[in-house]
Amino acid sequence: MKLITAIIKPSKLEDVKLALNAFGITGMTVSEASGFGRQGGHTEVYRGAEYTVDLIPKIRIEVLIDGAVAEKVIDVIVKAASTGKIGDGKVWSTPVDNIVRVRTGERGSAAI
Amino acid sequence: MDVVLNSGDTAWMLASTALVMFMTPGLAFFYGGMVRSKSVLNMMMMSMVTIGIVSILWVFYGYELAFGHTSDSPWFGGFSLSGLGTKVNELTNNGGTYPIPLLVFAAFQLMFAIITPALISGAIADRVKFSAWAVFVAIWSTVVYFPVAHWVFAFGHKVGDEVTGVGFLAGKGLEDFAGGTAVHINAGAAGLALAIVLGKRIGWRKEAMRPHSLPLVMLGAGLLWFGWFGFNAGSALAANGIAGLAFMNTQVATAGALIGWILVEKIRHGHPTSLGVASGAVSGLVAITPACAFVAPWAAVVIGFIAGVLCSLAVDLKFRFGFDDSLDVVGVHLVGGIWGSLAVGFFGASAVNSVGVDGLLYGGGAELLGKQAIGVGLVGAYSFIVTLIIGYAIEKTIGFRVTKDSEVEGIDLNEHAESAYEMSSSSRGGSLI
Repeated sequence: MKLITAIIKPSKLEDVKLALNAFGITGMTVSEASGFGRQGGHTEVYRGAEYTVDLIPKIRIEVLIDGAVAEKVIDVIVKAASTGKIGDGKVWSTPVDNIVRVRTGERGSAAI
Repeated sequence: MDVVLNSGDTAWMLASTALVMFMTPGLAFFYGGMVRSKSVLNMMMMSMVTIGIVSILWVFYGYELAFGHTSDSPWFGGFSLSGLGTKVNELTNNGGTYPIPLLVFAAFQLMFAIITPALISGAIADRVKFSAWAVFVAIWSTVVYFPVAHWVFAFGHKVGDEVTGVGFLAGKGLEDFAGGTAVHINAGAAGLALAIVLGKRIGWRKEAMRPHSLPLVMLGAGLLWFGWFGFNAGSALAANGIAGLAFMNTQVATAGALIGWILVEKIRHGHPTSLGVASGAVSGLVAITPACAFVAPWAAVVIGFIAGVLCSLAVDLKFRFGFDDSLDVVGVHLVGGIWGSLAVGFFGASAVNSVGVDGLLYGGGAELLGKQAIGVGLVGAYSFIVTLIIGYAIEKTIGFRVTKDSEVEGIDLNEHAESAYEMSSSSRGGSLI
C-alpha cells in the first residue's frame, strides 16, 4: 500500500481529479497548501511599500492506493498536472503500514 | 424682512447631513480593509465609537462651543448646557440667516465633528487600547475640534448689520469651504502627533503588513466619495448654484487625483493598483474640500491631479522619517489638506463665486495665498502640539497602547473578544459555553 502525495498548481486540480477518476481512483483528500521551490516568490506593492511574497498557493492531493499501481497513478497525476512551466509542483509516494476504514473496520488493502 | 424656512434648501441639507454621516462607516471600511485580518474589527470600532461619543458631546456642549455666539470670542463659541433645547424652532444664522432650521445646521456640522477624529485613527492602527481611544476622542473633540471649527466655520451671528462671535480664521478671510484646514489638516497633524506618541507597531518594516481586504478598501472609498457630495455641496447650506459648483468640482477633482495617483504608480512600480485607485480618489476628495466652491471645474481637475501625484509620493515620508503612520493619514489628509487649502490661493476665482476672492492666477496677487498659508500653519501647529500633549497625558496616566502580547496575538481578540472572519466551520473547533 502506498500514499501518493501531489503538490500541484491550483488551476490543475480539476484536470488531475478527472484523470484520477478516469483511472479508477475513487477517493482522495484535497487541501490547500502554500510553499516555495524553484519558482520562488513574487513582489507586491502597496502604496509604494514593496513586499516579497515567498509562499505561493498550491493544492495538495493525497491518495491511498495499492502498491502495484503506484507508478501508473504517479504518471497519471504528472501528465494531468503538467503545464511545462516552472512551479508545476511535485509528486511522491510513501509506503503505508496499515489502513483502516472507520465505518466498517476493514483493514489493509480492503480499506483502500 | 423676516426670512422664512425654505423647504428645498432644508430638504437638501437633511439629505447632505445623512450623506456625511455615511462617510464615517465608509471610513471604517476604507481603514478596515487596509489593516491585517486580526485587527479589522478594532479599526472599524474606532470609527463607530466616535459616532457615539461625539454625538453626545455635541448635544450637551459641543455645538455651543463651536457655533454658539454667547462669548463673542474669536477662539470659541459659547457655553450653554441647554442640550440644544433652546435651539428648536430657530433658523440658522452663520454670518447671515439661512432659511433652514438651526437644528439641521447643527446636525450637519455634527457629522464633520464625528469624521474628523475618526480620520485620526488610521495613523495608529493595530495598537491602541480601546478605552484610551474613547477618552482621547472626547478630549480631542473638546479642546481641538470644537474650537478649531469655530475658528474656521463660524461666520458669526448677524442681526441687522451687527455680527458677533466670528471665528478668528473666518474673520481673517481664510477660504475653507468644507474643511481643508478644520477637518483634514487638523486630523492629519493630530495623526502625526499620535503616531509619534504611540510609536511603531511591533514588526513594522520587518514583517509584511499587507491590507487584508482590498475589496473592503474599495467599498469604503466608494462610500466616502458618495458621502463627500454632502460634505462639499452641502456646505453651501442651500440647494443653489454654489452647491452645484461644489458638487461638480468634487467629482472631477477626485477623478483627476485617481488618475494622477495610478499614473505615478505605473511609472514608479510598473503596476496601477486598486489601493492606488482608492487612495488617489480620497486624496482628491481631501484636496478639493477647501476649494470646491471657489474654483472653476477645470481648476478642480488640476488641483485633484496634483493632489494624486503629490500624495502618492508623500506616503513615502513615513519610511524616510521613521514614523508608523499606519494608514497614511499624514500622506493623504495632511498633505492633501495643505495642498488643497493653498491651491485656493492660486485658483480662487471671484467670477465663479462672488463671495470668493481672486487668487494668484486670476490677478488677485498673493494676498489670498498668504491668508491660506496662515490658516494652514495655525491649524496644523495647534492640532499637532495640543494632540502631542493629550497623547502623552493619556500615555502617562491610563496608558495608550495595548500589551505586546495582545498586539501580536491580535487586538480584535484581546480588546473586543471577537474575530472578524469565520472562513471554515470546522477550522477552529470550540463550542458554546
